[in-house]
Amino acid sequence: MNPQAQPPTDDAQGALAELYRPDSLHIRIFIYISFVLLAVGGVFGTLQALDKMKVDLYRFLPGTLQLYYTGLTAHGVLLALLFTGTFIIGFLSLALVHGLRRPLADRGLAWATLAVAVTGALALLVTIFRNDATVLFTFYAPLQAHPGFYAGLVLVALATWMAALNAWITWRAWKREHPGERTPLMAFAVLATWAMWVLASAGLAVALLVYLLPWSIGQAEQVNPLLTRALFWFTGHPLVYFWLLPAYVSWYTMLPAQVGGRLFSESLARLVFVLFVVLATPTGLHHMYVDPGVPHGFKLLHGVMTYAVIFPSLVTAFTVVASVEEGARRRGGRGYVLWLLALPWLSNPSVAGQLLAMLIFATGGITGLINSSLNMNLIVHNTLWVVGHLHTQVAGAVTLTFMAVSYWLVPLLSGRELWGRKWAVLQVWTWFFGTAVMARGMHWMGLASAPRRTFLTYARYAELFGEWQWGGVLTAAGGVLMTVSGALFLFIMLRTALGRTAAQPLTVPEARPLLEPRGLPRWLDRISPWFALGAVLAAAAWLPSLLRMAAHYPTVQGFQLW
Amino acid sequence: MDIDRYERMWIVLSAAVLISLMLALTYSIYGLDIRLIGDAGQVDPASVTLRPPFDKPGVYMEGPGRYRVVMVARAWSFQPAEVRVPAGADVTFQVTSLDVIHGFRIPYTTINQMIVPGQVSEISYRFDEPGEHVLFCHEYCGVGHHVMEGRIIVEPASAATD
Repeated sequence: MNPQAQPPTDDAQGALAELYRPDSLHIRIFIYISFVLLAVGGVFGTLQALDKMKVDLYRFLPGTLQLYYTGLTAHGVLLALLFTGTFIIGFLSLALVHGLRRPLADRGLAWATLAVAVTGALALLVTIFRNDATVLFTFYAPLQAHPGFYAGLVLVALATWMAALNAWITWRAWKREHPGERTPLMAFAVLATWAMWVLASAGLAVALLVYLLPWSIGQAEQVNPLLTRALFWFTGHPLVYFWLLPAYVSWYTMLPAQVGGRLFSESLARLVFVLFVVLATPTGLHHMYVDPGVPHGFKLLHGVMTYAVIFPSLVTAFTVVASVEEGARRRGGRGYVLWLLALPWLSNPSVAGQLLAMLIFATGGITGLINSSLNMNLIVHNTLWVVGHLHTQVAGAVTLTFMAVSYWLVPLLSGRELWGRKWAVLQVWTWFFGTAVMARGMHWMGLASAPRRTFLTYARYAELFGEWQWGGVLTAAGGVLMTVSGALFLFIMLRTALGRTAAQPLTVPEARPLLEPRGLPRWLDRISPWFALGAVLAAAAWLPSLLRMAAHYPTVQGFQLW
Repeated sequence: MDIDRYERMWIVLSAAVLISLMLALTYSIYGLDIRLIGDAGQVDPASVTLRPPFDKPGVYMEGPGRYRVVMVARAWSFQPAEVRVPAGADVTFQVTSLDVIHGFRIPYTTINQMIVPGQVSEISYRFDEPGEHVLFCHEYCGVGHHVMEGRIIVEPASAATD
């Protein structure tokens, strides 16, 4: 019944290694590509962090790399869209294969997904570094990029849908092979993540295919700036949950096993994932609280919905911590708080990295509540505070989790032993402190009104704000520490990939539930009804505003101002 | 579905906190009347500088202690670049963009809004103390984004009339 009921034997390990083999190569390529993207995108992050203390290293770079806003576009596109996207496709594919104990149903589709993703990424890189698309990763019209930029975005989005489709047909095949059985939790979590993303990415699809791409190739003369901006945020906010849910897949279904514990509650884990499918999309207008032409009531509605989507994360705080605590007690942990010391903070980089990621995620949750409050948002909107918040979530919670996962994932995929475990522990701690210090600096500057997305070294008004100075120093110091840590991560991955062959094949860690969920209701084994409910809520929250914008709001011509 | 007793308590507490926060938010909007920028009408971006009010950007006195500042934002300046208003007056900014999306921020005030071509951003504020404020663009608008700024000079109440 439960394949993990006994500790895996050598035979079981061998069987799992056979299970992964057919899909292991394309998954490995996705993961390695994500590391290259992380390296390139990260370099620009360093330069931007140094700009916040008025150090300009761009002068020393050749060609278009000298341009601050081109680098900023590259940083956002490479890290927020491409690094996350490629890592997630690879990681979720493996989690699905392991969860269902069956290979992907369509391997041709999996390779096609890779080809489409790489083509899209290349189109984006070429247009950005030729300075044809300095529009930042939000590409707000009427700033008009080269058509290749929008085409690249379409292809990258298409790759995510192809991966989602493959997950779905694999699950359908599993259902036929296992009539009446409950979908295993790990696979259920993966499918819910894809369902959430498919629903959420509808806005981006309409923005690109109906408006931006035709406009960039001259099929349409003009574009509706407010409508395309709203469609961007339809997808742009739940995009954060698309980064986050794969981390949740690890925290819920893998991490407890890594600390020797069990998942505290499988029912609540399932509830959390389906709540994201329902609640993730009707939230994005909170990025447009101070936009003209957006009715007040809808701003408030999206604010309230954003608070609602905090709820599954609060449940996560209990379930995941309780699961980890159970593991810590089995390792000999005692007391109300001291059990924390029984966790492998200094010996297991994969566990330590994920625990630190959760810690920083909690702080980002609180700043997120502040951002989504209509009134407090007036103080922080478009300041570096928001950038600090984003980095606690993406660089802190998500990327640190992905790094921590890589410490078992890459050895598993490559069949090599992890190189430099002690260095890896140092790496996750330095990344944690680097992110925390940088985010602290950004929050500080943002509360003192420092704008985001601005080449501050050359902003004359920056001289009027002495209070930005120390925040700038912290931002730069944290950024440099992250650079060192990121370089260390990539070095460890490289040494591992080229290193010694592992004696034994590795398997995906999989947490058993603490109690067998006998009473698990059927509605927690379904995704389509939740998807339908999410679609209804998204339509109710978005369509009135979007239709009004499309019908009545003025359109304008495009501009290239770089 | 079995839920652990402590977890049930945690869930109830979480929901209670979030619902209180939602109610507080709603109260701040409808009870305390904290208003965000809303829908102040649309303009045709192609001809906006030919028609009132944006054909003549500037500071207009609308009545005793009431001023209207008509402003256009474009890459990479605000027009007028310098605004003089008396302390204690109610000032309404009426701003639109002639090209791309811009931002409109006066630090240490609640003036923080987006300027979107085709839309009018309208926001009111009272500067209580005389002094000089900087106004800058806080949305990326091209390579000169970081030099896009203006000044708000708040004069002692008696001195300013012109």
